[in-house]
Amino acid sequence: MKNKSLLAKFASAPYTVWMCIFVIVPIALVVYYAFTDADGNFTFGNMTSIVEYGSTFLISLKLALISTVICLLMAYPVAYTISKMKQRRQSTMIMLVMLPMWMNFLIRTYAWMTILEGNGLINRFVRMLGGEGFSMINTDGAVVLGMVYNFLPYMILPIYTVLTKIEKSTIEAAQDLGANRLSVFRRVLLPMSIPGIISGITMVFVPAVSTFVISKLLGGGKTFLIGDIIENFFLGNTGTVNYNVGAALSLVLMILILISMTIMNHFDKDESSGGIM
Amino acid sequence: MKIISKVYNFLVFGFLYAPIVVMIVYSFNSKKSRTDFGGFSFRWYAELFQDDIILRSLWLSLLVALLSAIIATVIGTAASVGIHSMKGLKRRAYLAVNNIPVVNPDIVTAISMMILFVFVITKFNGLEMGFATLLISHITFNIPYVILSVLPKLRGLNPNIYEAAQDLGCPPGKAFLKVVVPQITEGIVTGFIMAFTLSLDDFVISYFNSGSSAQTLPVTIYSMTKRPYSPKINALSTLLFLSVMILLVMVNLRKTNGNNSKKGELK
Amino acid sequence: MKKALSFILSICVVLPILAFSGCGGNGDKITLNVYNWGEYIDMSAVYEFEKTYGIDVNYTTYASNEEMYAKVSSGAASYDIVIPSDYMIGKMIEEGLLAELDFANIPNYSLIGDEYKNLAFDPDNKYSVPYTWGTTVVMYNKSVVDPADVKDKSLDLLWNEKYSGQILMFDNPRDAFGLALHKLGYSMNTTNPDEWEAAAKELKKQKPILQAYVMDQIFDKMSSGEAAIAPYYAGDALIIQESNPDIEYFIPKEGANMFVDSMCVLKNSQHKTEAEMFINFMCNTDVAVMTAEMIGYATPHTEAKKALDPAITSNPVVYASAEVLENTEVFLNLSPEISLLQSELWTDIKKD
Repeated sequence: MKNKSLLAKFASAPYTVWMCIFVIVPIALVVYYAFTDADGNFTFGNMTSIVEYGSTFLISLKLALISTVICLLMAYPVAYTISKMKQRRQSTMIMLVMLPMWMNFLIRTYAWMTILEGNGLINRFVRMLGGEGFSMINTDGAVVLGMVYNFLPYMILPIYTVLTKIEKSTIEAAQDLGANRLSVFRRVLLPMSIPGIISGITMVFVPAVSTFVISKLLGGGKTFLIGDIIENFFLGNTGTVNYNVGAALSLVLMILILISMTIMNHFDKDESSGGIM
Repeated sequence: MKIISKVYNFLVFGFLYAPIVVMIVYSFNSKKSRTDFGGFSFRWYAELFQDDIILRSLWLSLLVALLSAIIATVIGTAASVGIHSMKGLKRRAYLAVNNIPVVNPDIVTAISMMILFVFVITKFNGLEMGFATLLISHITFNIPYVILSVLPKLRGLNPNIYEAAQDLGCPPGKAFLKVVVPQITEGIVTGFIMAFTLSLDDFVISYFNSGSSAQTLPVTIYSMTKRPYSPKINALSTLLFLSVMILLVMVNLRKTNGNNSKKGELK
Repeated sequence: MKKALSFILSICVVLPILAFSGCGGNGDKITLNVYNWGEYIDMSAVYEFEKTYGIDVNYTTYASNEEMYAKVSSGAASYDIVIPSDYMIGKMIEEGLLAELDFANIPNYSLIGDEYKNLAFDPDNKYSVPYTWGTTVVMYNKSVVDPADVKDKSLDLLWNEKYSGQILMFDNPRDAFGLALHKLGYSMNTTNPDEWEAAAKELKKQKPILQAYVMDQIFDKMSSGEAAIAPYYAGDALIIQESNPDIEYFIPKEGANMFVDSMCVLKNSQHKTEAEMFINFMCNTDVAVMTAEMIGYATPHTEAKKALDPAITSNPVVYASAEVLENTEVFLNLSPEISLLQSELWTDIKKD
C-alpha cells in the first residue's frame, strides 16, 4: 500500500511542475500585467480603462448569445432525431456531424466568403432567378452565421449523448401515464437533457465570445469583438503594443466566463456533464 | 412528422456541408477565381506540391502534433495515476487547475503563455520564440484532455489486482506497466488521438506562440486568407478533408468489425 | 510494450535538446529568416538564392508595418531581414532595432538611384537599401463610378455615399489616417491632436458606407468587381488593372503618401553577412527586374528601370514625376504621444 502511494506521488510530480510553470505562472503574469503599468508600477489604470471597451464586450456577448441560442434551437431536433435512429445509422450520422469539425475552422470560414459575397454563389443564384442581389458578407449577421456554422457540432454532440442515455422505458412510462407528446418533451425529455444542453452551451458560447478570426473574415474588419482588441494589444496591429491593457481585458474576459460557467453549472445537477466529445 | 424531420435534418446537414462542397468544387477550377468556374483542372494541386511554405508548415504541424501528443500522453497518464490516489480538497484543487486550459478561451491561454515566453526571453538573451515554445504550448493544452480521458478508466480499475501483483513479488513500477496500463489502454489511446487532433487543428495558440521560424499549417492558412485568393488553399483543404474522411471511415469500419468478431482492441 | 515505452521515453529525452538546438540553426546549413510584406517578392528569386548560396530561407509575411514591428520589438521572434516602410525604419533606427550595414558586402548598392538614398528616415543611409517606392492612389471601377465623380481626382470619392457598400478602406491606422488628414487639408504628420481628432471623425463618418477594411484582399475584391472604389499602393493598382481593365486610378489632388520600402537587417541577426548577401542578391539587376515585374511597384534600381518595359516606366502614376511628387508627403515617425493617440482613435473607430 505504501509503495503504491509513493509511486502515485511520484507519477503526478512532472505534471505538477509543468502545471505550475505553464498554467499557474502565466495566469499569475496576466494578473500582474493587468495591475501594473509599462514601468512595472502598481496601477488600477488598466482595469479602469476597460470601461472604454464596454460596448465591445456588449457586442461580443450579444453576438455570442445569439449564436448560442440559434445553435441550441438548430441542434436539439437534430440530436433528437439521430438518437431515435437505429444504432448503425446513429453512428454514421454522428460521424457526419463530426466530420466538418475535423477540417480546420479557418478553411471552413473562408469558404463562406465565397458563398456570401456580393458576387458570391447565393447572389449569383438569386440574380439567375431574376432577383436582386443583396449584401450579406461584412455584417454582424455574417459573423453570427460563421459562429453558428463553426460551433453547431459542439451543441449537437453533447445533447445527443444525453438523449441516448435516457431510457426508452422512462418515456414509455410517461406516455402510459397519459402524457401527450408536448408534455413528455417538457416534463421528461427536456429536464433530462439539461446536462447536455449546458455543456453544449458552454462549448459554443466560450469560443464564440472570444473569437477574433470569424469577425475578421466574415465581418470585413467592421465588426470588432473583444478577441480582436486583445489580439491588437498583443500583436500591435493598431500601432501600439500594450500587454498591460491586453492582460486586463483578458482577465476580465476570463472572469466573465468563469462567472457564467458557475451560473450554468448551478442548473446542472449531474456533476460529470455530457462529456467533451 | 417523419418527413418534416427528414427535411429538417437534410437542411441542417446541407448547411454543414455546403461550404465544404463549394471548396472542393472550386479546387478543380482552372481559373484563379473564387466564383467563376472556368473548367476542370488539377492545376492547383500541382502548384500546391511546389509550394515550399505550405509543405514545410504541414510537416511542422504533423511533427508538433505527434511530439506534443506523445509527451502529453506520457505526462498526462502518469499524472492521472497520481490524481487517482488523491483525495478530498487536494484532488479537487488539482483537477480545478487541470481544467483551466480546457475552460479558458483559447485566446486567454494563448496570450498568458505568450506573456510568459516574452517575459523569459527578454530576461535571458539568446532565446527566441520558435519550435520549443510552440511545442510547450501545445503540450500544455493537450495534457488536460489526456487526463480527462484516462482518469475515468482508472476509476473502473480493481486495485486488488495491482496489489496482488506486488504481493507476488512484482516491483511497483513493473506491476504498474504490466497490470494497470493494459487495463487503461483504451483511455490512453483516446487521449492520445484527442491530443494529436487538437494540436493539429489549433490555430489561436500557435498564432501567438510560434515566432518566426515555426509556422504551423493553420497559421500559414490564416496568412493565406489575408492575401489575394489562391485556389491552392482549396486544393489543400480538399486533400485534408479526404484524408480525414478516409481515416474516420477506416476507424469506424475497424471498430464495427472488431466488435463483430469480438477480437478486442489490438495491443 | 516495453520497447514502445522505451522508444517514447527516449524521444522525450532527446526532444528538448533537439528543440533548443533548433534555434541556433540545424547542422551547418544556415537559415535566414526573411520577413516581408505579402505579395512582395517573386518567390523564384528566393529559391534561386537558396540554390546559389546553399542557404535556407525561411520566408514569412506580414500585412502592415505595425504587425511587423510588434513581432520584432517583442524580441520574441528573431528575423534577419525585414522590409519596412520609411517611417517605420526611422522608428526602428531610433529604438536600436536595426544593424548598421556593411556596404562592402552589398556592392550592388551602387545601382540604386541617388534620389532614393540618404532620405530623411535614414539620413546617412547606414541601415537600409531601398527596395521599392511609390505613392498611394485611389482606384475605381469605371463601369460603376460616374466619370463626373472622379473628374476632380479628389479623396471625396472615398466618402461618396452614392457608392455605399462598394468602398474599401485601408485596414491599418497610418494609411487610413493619412487619407483622412489629407482630405481635411492637414499634414499626415501633424502633431496637433485636434487635427487627429477631426480625422478620426471623418473616418467614423466613412465607416457606415464602407464594404470592409482590408489590406491585400483588395486585389480580389477590386479585380472581381466585388468592390468599386479603394485606396491602395500604385504598383498594386497596376497589377489589379491587368486582371480587370475597368480599373482606373489617380493620385488624389489633396496629396498622397510617397513611400520607400527598404531592406534592413535586424540588430539581433545571427547571420548578418548572409543577410547582406541576400540584400545584394535582391539588387542584382535581373532579380530587381523580376521583382519589379512581379509586384508592379516602382523600382529604385537604375539598371532595372532601364530593362523594364517602357510602357511601365513611363506610367505617370507608378513612376510619378517630380512635379507630382511635390504634392506628396513621406510618413515621419510619430511621437509616442501622437502614436498612442492614433492607436486609441483607431480602436475607437473600429469598435463603434
